[in-house]
Amino acid sequence: MILKPNIEDVKVIGYYLGKVIIGLGLTMVLPVMTALVFKEINPFLDYLIGLELTLGLGLLLVRACSTKKDARWMHGMIVVSLSWVVAMFLAAVPLYLGGHFKSYLDACFESMSGLATTGLTLVQDLDHMSYAHNLWRHLIMFIGGQGIVVIVLAIFIRGSAGAFRIYVGEARDEKVLPNVVNTGRFIWLVSFVYLILGTLALGITAALNGIPLVNSFFHGACVFMAAFDTGGFTPNSQNILYYHSLSFELVTIIIMLLGAINFKLHYHIWTGNRKEMWRNIETTVLFFAIMVTFLITALGLQQSNVYPGAMMLFRRGFYQLVSAQTGTGYSNIYAHQFIREWGNLAMAGIILAMAFGGSSCSTTGGIKMLRVGIIVKALIQDIKKIILPERAVVIQRYHHIYKMFLEDKQVRSAFLITLLYLLLYAAGTIIGMFYGYPFLESLFESTSAAANVGLSCGITSASMPVGLKITYIVQMWAGRLEFMSVFTLLGFFVALVKGK
Amino acid sequence: MFKSKIENRKFNRYLRAPGFGGRFKVFCSAFLILIFALSIAYAETVSSADLINNTKEFDTKTITYEGEVIGDIMIRGRNVWVNLNDGKNAIGVWLGKALAGDIAQSGNYKFKGDWFQVTGVFNRACLEHGGGLDIHAQTISKIKSGYAVDEGLNWRKINLAVILFFILLTLWILRQLKNK
Repeated sequence: MILKPNIEDVKVIGYYLGKVIIGLGLTMVLPVMTALVFKEINPFLDYLIGLELTLGLGLLLVRACSTKKDARWMHGMIVVSLSWVVAMFLAAVPLYLGGHFKSYLDACFESMSGLATTGLTLVQDLDHMSYAHNLWRHLIMFIGGQGIVVIVLAIFIRGSAGAFRIYVGEARDEKVLPNVVNTGRFIWLVSFVYLILGTLALGITAALNGIPLVNSFFHGACVFMAAFDTGGFTPNSQNILYYHSLSFELVTIIIMLLGAINFKLHYHIWTGNRKEMWRNIETTVLFFAIMVTFLITALGLQQSNVYPGAMMLFRRGFYQLVSAQTGTGYSNIYAHQFIREWGNLAMAGIILAMAFGGSSCSTTGGIKMLRVGIIVKALIQDIKKIILPERAVVIQRYHHIYKMFLEDKQVRSAFLITLLYLLLYAAGTIIGMFYGYPFLESLFESTSAAANVGLSCGITSASMPVGLKITYIVQMWAGRLEFMSVFTLLGFFVALVKGK
Repeated sequence: MFKSKIENRKFNRYLRAPGFGGRFKVFCSAFLILIFALSIAYAETVSSADLINNTKEFDTKTITYEGEVIGDIMIRGRNVWVNLNDGKNAIGVWLGKALAGDIAQSGNYKFKGDWFQVTGVFNRACLEHGGGLDIHAQTISKIKSGYAVDEGLNWRKINLAVILFFILLTLWILRQLKNK
């Protein structure tokens, strides 16, 4: 029998949702200040309206749903999945007011792409966008990458069991520190330290490449936020091609790889346990995955004779590959070149890399290396069981911060999430084909959206069908939250209707 | 076989006919005009979409492209990188510092950039620049000068911001009263 949620359940959800919305609203202060600094009148008004609307809605919810009850698992999951939808609608308001989107749906697509750190874009005339709007596009990547809820945990919510339940709902089931609030604060500390270092590195590189100082550091900050959070937006329409610089590309590769590493691993490296970097199952699998997918991509590029030299092949091929594997979506080629020049094999290499993704508890999307590693270990264990005598006890171990024994429930969970990702990739591909796009292009774009990558082969544009825009929004949302909180939300609505 | 014999006879008669020299000249002139027309066609501006979608066709050919200078003008030694946007895409143009002297305004939020026409070699995978797609400019000419964009005040936004401010203020006061 399904139990109908009562008014207390709705109040708990509304209360925490309100806090998340207030947190989002406060972040709009930054583009407001940016607009003031650069004397951009209309963007200032856009963000003032966005700030007032968001804070107003948040305060209203917190007041209307005031409760002292702690969040249960169901509440935590629903708060997270609803927070992302509401954040999409609210973050899109100033973007839409800015006049760079053909419709509010396009602005919502952009904000979901930003929050989910995807990087697919429907923006118009990006090269004439204000500093304030550009900062906001990148800031929502930074906020979404660390987790909207993590901000609120770090600032507004005192440590409680409920806080942990909300934290888990945002696809982060690993606590870096024993307390979830301290974990949230650590994630933000790591992010801010890297933000300063990354902005300096990219700013100096841009300045050395001939970009004026203010723009160098503005681009540096924006590109860092999008690269570290494996997002993929840039403040210009040509993406990384704009800079025409090998050194800039190299710095972004390092930042993308840093963003693809588990926050828990960052903590151990910071606290002196550097050996963990080489022993950890995720970094090992990530290394092999990059090698294998790059081999496929390079063979494809060689077969299609795309680049006349090995260095060129490496510069273009490896950049796209790292960008795909880390789920960033930065590109130093034009989107249409994938289809027109790269050929099927090279594209298959990129699609595989996008589908795999980076580490768990990082900002990357996709299946993730820990799950791939667990599945491979389970396969090895089963092969050993067949080969070895029946009486032999086969124990499979792996190293993930600590030495761990492979258990059936881990394998089951890894397989389940992997299967759901594959289904999500397939669903988007079929819908793309329904709208008349060829198989490979549909698969490429669908995988890119669902794995929160952001590389495009040309399908994503303001003129694509509305149904496909909505499909990609849902894919980005479900892919970022890793399904469970999305399913809980659906279950909640079913219980509201059918429950007794 | 039969048909080709007839054609052969016709062609021989044509060659032996009086005034062949004149016809030959007309034929050659027409051919030259055709070549000239084709060269003019190639000198016509190619759009960014055409270039990106047909990279192999235009590779290493001299083309003419035009667009607005956007973003930063990046000086690299004796040369400069400029990105020109024709409304669909922006393409990087590599040109000598001297050629870039005419660029007075690049496009951003507050300005429309200068509109330039560039004639140069299009590279699908530039050997000099690590396989990037670019144009190496030979000549560059300004078509339109850039100008400041009048932002103007949007009164509807101002009104909305004021209304929302008062709603927010009311909510905050109610919250404070409840806390007391």
